[in-house]
Amino acid sequence: MSSADTEEQQQDQTSPADEARRRLLDELKGALGDAVIGEHVQGGDLWIRVPAGEWRRTAETCKSLGFTYFDFLSGIDWMPSAPNPEDAETLSVEPEADAEEAPDAEEAAEAEAEHEAEPQPSEAGTVAAFETAQPEPESGWTTGVAGGETRFQVFARFHSPTRKMGVTVKADLDDESPSVASIHEIYFGAEWHERETWEMYGFAFPGHPDLRHIYLPGEFEGYPLRKDFPLLAREVKPWPGLVDVEDLPPAEEARQDAVINAAQEDNAGEQSEGGS
Amino acid sequence: MALTEQQQRAYVASQAADARLNVELQTEDMVLNIGPQHPATHGTLRVVARLDGEQVVWADVVCGYMHRGYEKLTEVRTYPQITTLVNRIDWLSSFANEVPFILAAEKLMEIEAPPRAQYIRTILFELARIANITLFIGTMGADLGAITPVFYAFRDRERILNQIEAVTGGRFHPNFDRIGGLKDDLPRGWIDETKNAMVRVREFCDELEELLMGNEIFQARTRGIGVIPSDIGLSYGLSGANIRASGIDWDLRRDQDLPLAWKDLDWKVWTHPDGDSFARFWVRLQETREASKMVDQMLDGLPAGSIQAKVPRIIKVPAGEAWVHTENPLGEMGYYVVSQGGLGPFRCKIRSASFNNVSVLPWLLRGAYVPDIITILASLYFILGDIDR
Repeated sequence: MSSADTEEQQQDQTSPADEARRRLLDELKGALGDAVIGEHVQGGDLWIRVPAGEWRRTAETCKSLGFTYFDFLSGIDWMPSAPNPEDAETLSVEPEADAEEAPDAEEAAEAEAEHEAEPQPSEAGTVAAFETAQPEPESGWTTGVAGGETRFQVFARFHSPTRKMGVTVKADLDDESPSVASIHEIYFGAEWHERETWEMYGFAFPGHPDLRHIYLPGEFEGYPLRKDFPLLAREVKPWPGLVDVEDLPPAEEARQDAVINAAQEDNAGEQSEGGS
Repeated sequence: MALTEQQQRAYVASQAADARLNVELQTEDMVLNIGPQHPATHGTLRVVARLDGEQVVWADVVCGYMHRGYEKLTEVRTYPQITTLVNRIDWLSSFANEVPFILAAEKLMEIEAPPRAQYIRTILFELARIANITLFIGTMGADLGAITPVFYAFRDRERILNQIEAVTGGRFHPNFDRIGGLKDDLPRGWIDETKNAMVRVREFCDELEELLMGNEIFQARTRGIGVIPSDIGLSYGLSGANIRASGIDWDLRRDQDLPLAWKDLDWKVWTHPDGDSFARFWVRLQETREASKMVDQMLDGLPAGSIQAKVPRIIKVPAGEAWVHTENPLGEMGYYVVSQGGLGPFRCKIRSASFNNVSVLPWLLRGAYVPDIITILASLYFILGDIDR
């Protein structure tokens, strides 16, 4: 590390951790060639994106470069479900000053605003209406670091205990029939993770020996972690916590406030006596 | 499933031995179903083993009896609400589950907790580790038929839980970590009490070392049982004491730069070359003792100052992706948080230690004898909530 440290000190713009990732990225690019179609280095972490066809070769390359430890494998569905940040701003009706008095109410109100942007069963009717409410794929979904062009991405993380760093590998998958080669022969741990991803996202893993349900019952239909899979709890009860809180009668509220204030004053007095 | 050459050789040898035995005894395969409700599984895990005589020829693990869908639920919760969920993943070390998630959110927000908060976080993290592993030390004995250690373990774990409760108000689910800091400071008199408790922890470790590790029966039941070679372990993603017991010197407390107190402390990562059940027990016992020393050091070096960085009242995390993993009592626990600038994460992948630790079982149980199944399950040490999430 000592020779590496002197090199890193010459690079003033980036942190040593990022610099080490850049060197690793060069190494990966050297081994994978044109297969690296997206890259990102930030905060001492490295992401690369490869075509789905190169998924298996990428895993092999990572393992041969010392990334022997298998962290996880999973998927992302980039279909928007929550309102985007701009909507949340406009929907936030409570002014900032009120937050001082009732932080929970503010938070809940904003959270409610977030929810209301989603079609509720009473308003939108059915799941089908929910699905049609989503924008078309061409409208340019926000995708994460290292880029992406499709709705579904598979991503995995490999770590090297000796080099003390890891890499996140992503691959774009087909919207209609997401499928990517199984890597369970390279990383044995991927077998269960692929089963989980298949179950939760419906990605096919050709080459997997035993693709069956791992968490859910065998007869379960649908892919729960896809964004268009409705969360039943939310359909029944819009925002847990908000609906549980009913307004107290004014007299009772005043009494409780008095109790709380008295307790807080007691605490403050005790704190100053304690002197720490 | 594809096998390595080593696995294949072991399998063929066990098959040949079985075939000879079968001819002798004329046995037939039998399916043994362990669980979902079985003391050895410490929860609702089901192990299906096909036996040939006393030997397992094939095993499968059925999990999901406790799947609660946390990854889906995180998508409809705000960041401060999610600590309540993640508390319930590995319920024996709840505070340790909160830390990596909060760190991931802080990483995206580019804030850091003040030094005092970092220290208190690390202290509670290590207390959670001690409480968790103390129970392991006890139940490992109980699973192997030694009933005494489990009472000692529960007695001494109570002291740690009392200390956690004194700070957080909760014995099991503290829900104490906040973005940018902590809910509250330490109560008065807590430091001295905790130091006393740490002395007791070390006494407990010494006691159990004599009581269990020196025991001939315990050694016979654990030495050479459930050997995991290091390359197999890494490939399955085994972490924590399970991989350190296979000789891999890797500890995320030491090997990465996190805004927590571990980097300031003088401590040792324990490893064992054998990779068997005994090694896993041994490593965990040493780690408990080491953790108590770390807590002592942190209590001595506790910085003064604020416990909360300045954060907006309504927490919105800027768009981006962050992966933070820490060395939890059961192994590597990590959160991959994808934010799109909202009140809650767009996607949160929860990487829990036990899921990977248990995924090695179908490989590991092959060729084991029935009583060894219990030893192997106990020594891998998993929490069901951590498998099923």
